[in-house]
Amino acid sequence: MGAQRVLAAEDVARALKRMAHEILERNKGADGLVLMGIRSRGVPLARRLAANLTAIEGVEVPAGSLDVTLYRDDYDRTGPRPLGQTEFPSDIAGKVVVLVDDVLYTGRTIRAAMDAVMDYGRPTAIQLAVLVDRGHRELPIRADYVGKNLPTSPVQDVRVSLVETDGADEVTVVDREEVAAR
Amino acid sequence: MMRHLLSMDDLGPEEITEVLDTAAGFAGVALRPIKKVPTLRGRTVCNLFYEDSTRTRISFEIAEKRLSADVINFSAKGSSVSKGESLKDTALTLQAMGVDAIVIRHWAAGAPEQLTRWVDAKVLNAGDGAHQHPTQALLDLYTIRARLGRLEGLRAAVVGDVVHSRVARSVVRGLVTTGAEVTVVGPPTLVPERAEHWGASVSHDLDDLLPKIDVLYLLRVQSERMHRQFFPSPREYARLWGVDRDRLARLPEGAIVLHPGPMNRGVEITADVADAPSAVITEQVRNGIAVRMSCLYLLLGGEARPADDAGRAESGGREVPAGGRPRR
Repeated sequence: MGAQRVLAAEDVARALKRMAHEILERNKGADGLVLMGIRSRGVPLARRLAANLTAIEGVEVPAGSLDVTLYRDDYDRTGPRPLGQTEFPSDIAGKVVVLVDDVLYTGRTIRAAMDAVMDYGRPTAIQLAVLVDRGHRELPIRADYVGKNLPTSPVQDVRVSLVETDGADEVTVVDREEVAAR
Repeated sequence: MMRHLLSMDDLGPEEITEVLDTAAGFAGVALRPIKKVPTLRGRTVCNLFYEDSTRTRISFEIAEKRLSADVINFSAKGSSVSKGESLKDTALTLQAMGVDAIVIRHWAAGAPEQLTRWVDAKVLNAGDGAHQHPTQALLDLYTIRARLGRLEGLRAAVVGDVVHSRVARSVVRGLVTTGAEVTVVGPPTLVPERAEHWGASVSHDLDDLLPKIDVLYLLRVQSERMHRQFFPSPREYARLWGVDRDRLARLPEGAIVLHPGPMNRGVEITADVADAPSAVITEQVRNGIAVRMSCLYLLLGGEARPADDAGRAESGGREVPAGGRPRR
């Protein structure tokens, strides 16, 4: 049994298109939206969502990148991780910040991301868009926009590949024992 | 990253690059409305200063506070040290109080290394005697890389009072490690011949070198450490080794001038050179904070336990846990 593909390239594209419509529906348009992709794969996803929003509404939607390393709660356990750049494309005070990530799992990254955003300003709201929600939350956090709900076992890995970072769009599920055995 | 930051001799090119890259990630913190991240919350850092210092101590303190560490300042003056307490007893006291890191400046070379034998805390050398000052060298390398885009292949001259300078020992080592070509220049009384063992060439002709370098590093004339005469007068030093507008003009286009501070304006550097656009002295000070944040961040992380975190990374466990590097 190899990696099981759960989303193909066209599924990813459709999901992102639907999520863009949902974002517009919920926020009654694209005014005052700032998309912040969580590094690393959230960043290209945020850019694609922003492009979809622009295609639908005809207005420019700013997309930036957020590195949450310094806000993580596992520095004591895992030690220092490399830092990435955080770029806010505009002031976020009074805006709606939509956090974008590839996989929602324990919720700890999102907790860190919300703290990071708050240190940059006071948005009117923070929303969350993820390509895959795989469950197993450890914090009371939920996504507002989900590409695909994917019930998984904790011993599985969900792998998101994107053209920008991995050469192709695809979501696969792999059993971790197999990963270790390889 | 190593366990302590004692000397530039302990850092290889990859480790230096790791410190500089991490510092680049911290540079943005200074530009934010809230110039603080929660990373070192609950950690205690003690700044243990046996020698006067303004910029290094303040820079470390800002770095620690921006990382949300609890900061204790302990200077020899006005503390139990002035009552005769030994370094060892001070160390054991700090150990008993449970500090996580000690930033130490000491007049004796080797004191930081000695300290590591007595405490569990991570030790960062903020200058020991005429031995080493690694965070100064790292912030200099960061500043040079930020301005010139690289370190490898650069030609640098380190000029002046090399013999008394821990900064020179650290900077030369750092530049040589990262692949720069270094010449130490100054009067024979102030340039030790053994500088060649640091991987640098030795020259006594500044004017000959000026047109051939990308980086001009001026050292402070450390009169307070000169217990005999090394040169006839500050005026003569300035004439032969000081950099004024004329000497600045002989540098190639794009070359930069560094000075670790505090400056003796009119001795090793004239006021107009210190304020020239090619002088990056205030950038050095600014970058010092990010570089020291980087050092603290890299040293104070939990010990790596690679297997432990595999299932926990948010992105579906796809990430290999960072920090899984072996420690020395």
